[in-house]
Amino acid sequence: MAGSSVSVDYADAMIMTPIPAGDWLIVAPSLITMVGGALCLMLRKNTDLQPKVGMVLLGALVVASLALLIRVLDHGVITMVMGNWLPPFGIAVTADALGATLTFIGSVVAFCAGLFGMKTVDSSGRRYGFYPFLLLLMTGVCGSFLTADIFNLYVWFEVLLISSYGLLILGNDRIQLDGAVKYGVLNLVGTNLFLIATGLIYGIFGTLNMADIAVKVDAMENPASGTLATVAALYFLAFAMKAAAFPVNFWLPASYHTPNIVVSAVFAGLLTKVGVYALIRIFVLILPASLGYMADVIGLVAIVTLMTGALGALAQTEIRRLLGYLVIAGIGSMLAGLAVAANDEKATLAISGAIFYAVHSIIVMTALYMSAGIISMMGGSFNLRQLGGLYQKSGAFAGVFLILAFAVSGLPPFSGFWPKVMLVDAAFGDDRFWLGAAILVSGFLTTLAMGRVWIYAFWRGGPEGTPDGQSVEVTGSSQAQLSGGAVWLPLGILTALVVYFGLQPEWMIELSTQGASGVVDPLGYIRSVLGEQG
Amino acid sequence: MRTVIFRTIAPYLAALMVLFSIFVLLRGHNEPGGGFIGGLIAASALAIYGIACGVASVRRAIVFHPMGISGFGLFIGALAGVLSFFKGQAFMTSQWLIFDFSGVEVALSTPLVFDIGVYLVVVGAIGSIALALEEREAD
Repeated sequence: MAGSSVSVDYADAMIMTPIPAGDWLIVAPSLITMVGGALCLMLRKNTDLQPKVGMVLLGALVVASLALLIRVLDHGVITMVMGNWLPPFGIAVTADALGATLTFIGSVVAFCAGLFGMKTVDSSGRRYGFYPFLLLLMTGVCGSFLTADIFNLYVWFEVLLISSYGLLILGNDRIQLDGAVKYGVLNLVGTNLFLIATGLIYGIFGTLNMADIAVKVDAMENPASGTLATVAALYFLAFAMKAAAFPVNFWLPASYHTPNIVVSAVFAGLLTKVGVYALIRIFVLILPASLGYMADVIGLVAIVTLMTGALGALAQTEIRRLLGYLVIAGIGSMLAGLAVAANDEKATLAISGAIFYAVHSIIVMTALYMSAGIISMMGGSFNLRQLGGLYQKSGAFAGVFLILAFAVSGLPPFSGFWPKVMLVDAAFGDDRFWLGAAILVSGFLTTLAMGRVWIYAFWRGGPEGTPDGQSVEVTGSSQAQLSGGAVWLPLGILTALVVYFGLQPEWMIELSTQGASGVVDPLGYIRSVLGEQG
Repeated sequence: MRTVIFRTIAPYLAALMVLFSIFVLLRGHNEPGGGFIGGLIAASALAIYGIACGVASVRRAIVFHPMGISGFGLFIGALAGVLSFFKGQAFMTSQWLIFDFSGVEVALSTPLVFDIGVYLVVVGAIGSIALALEEREAD
């Protein structure tokens, strides 16, 4: 523009009309966390001020993402193109019901984690950047949920991965570095596959805009042809790695028990679900034809993942590792929804089940990891052999843990029940008997695994070897952290959500059905991004 | 590494490199160059100065901690995109302020602010890595 004398008609390439101020809500989640992360990074040395600034910004994130969700429900899918350049060349950021719901739930969980971290992350952890990394992690997570550009999705994945590496090694322990290497190597491979597949997509279609790709795939004569099959397989492998599906699940139990417990809680809640979200977005929105012939593979992977997770959980005595396997079992349930989505009649039900399950899993896994932290503070260990008698210490906490155990197993009346009903219903309706059975069996095994935790840690009198009828006082590792609300409030919020979604599921079912129909029938999404001609 | 020649020349070299990095940063808007490569040049200047005169004197010279510089870069980079909010345009739409300054046309813009942000992020991040490595070597 500087020094140019040629007159150019910008209207061909740019939006010239004013943008409604409310549309800025689409970029608000990423923007707030990015600016906030930068601020906290500058305040790194001031470990007293940093958590306060971090919490204010995480609170702002929750408000902004709630406002975004309300706006999406009012106006339908909304899009903002960066720098006013028209798609497919301008990068579009698009909020539909699916993305906005997950952004909102993710923000709530991040807020709870930040609150929990005020007590459990010490000043050295703060100096190493707990709050900047948490905020920047949320930049990546929210960005992934809201972008409509596949390369942009890759960039947000990198943002969240780099932040997660920082969080993972917060204490600089040897075991953390060991976990981080396993986590890092596998994620590096996954991200590279993602990038290669994206390169192939660009080679085929000459565009990276998801809506544009969806239109072009739809117009192809044979959308199940060779090159696209390669792309679909690569994407599936890459995102299955992120989501920790069998057989690329081993990194999760190997790394999730090493960091600070609140970091584990955030990871277990959010990171794998971003992988599942990407699978839903890619396969249902832009490559529906590939989903048709990959459904059997995805279904098989789902069954094995469900079984690996549940059996792995049964075999563990370390609570954090046990919960890691339950994360994997949850991923299996969501993949089951994706497999059934190949059947057009059951697609909306299956995907809405998967979305509801993702929401449930984000909340309940974070809450369970937080509970594991509290168990360790009360009982001095994460190992079931050394735990016992916690019921005497806090009956209320024992009740909360039981609620969460029921929820994660899928028992009514808590949040895990409804998505499982939807998923099993969809699986049986699609004649995938084994898939539905696997969800039920996995739920049953999860009940056993969680019941075992509850009986050992809370119900019996003391650690292993305590005679029946007697009780032995276990000593906690840090009683001081248990006083005050910073530890109990986030757990309370998350448990309240679990109970609420269990007793009043209509709102979330409605929301996830809207999210699912938005990707199964992407016309609204495509129109929002490309305009009416799309 | 701490030969007399190197120690004598390093401060001048570092100063020249920083100057050149700013030139590359500003030139990038119409010709090859920009914030990223400028930041790399400036970070190499810090590294050279650190090898010659010790990490402590580099830390004194740049006043702020490199991570803080990085954070500030991210901060202004992100905020540069927000200015368009007030004109009813989308995030990251460029805003220009062109005026005559004693006969020369000066073009200030939000992409320039964004690019300075990138420059600072790169200087901070790479500089912090380089200084940490040099400190480790001196142990």
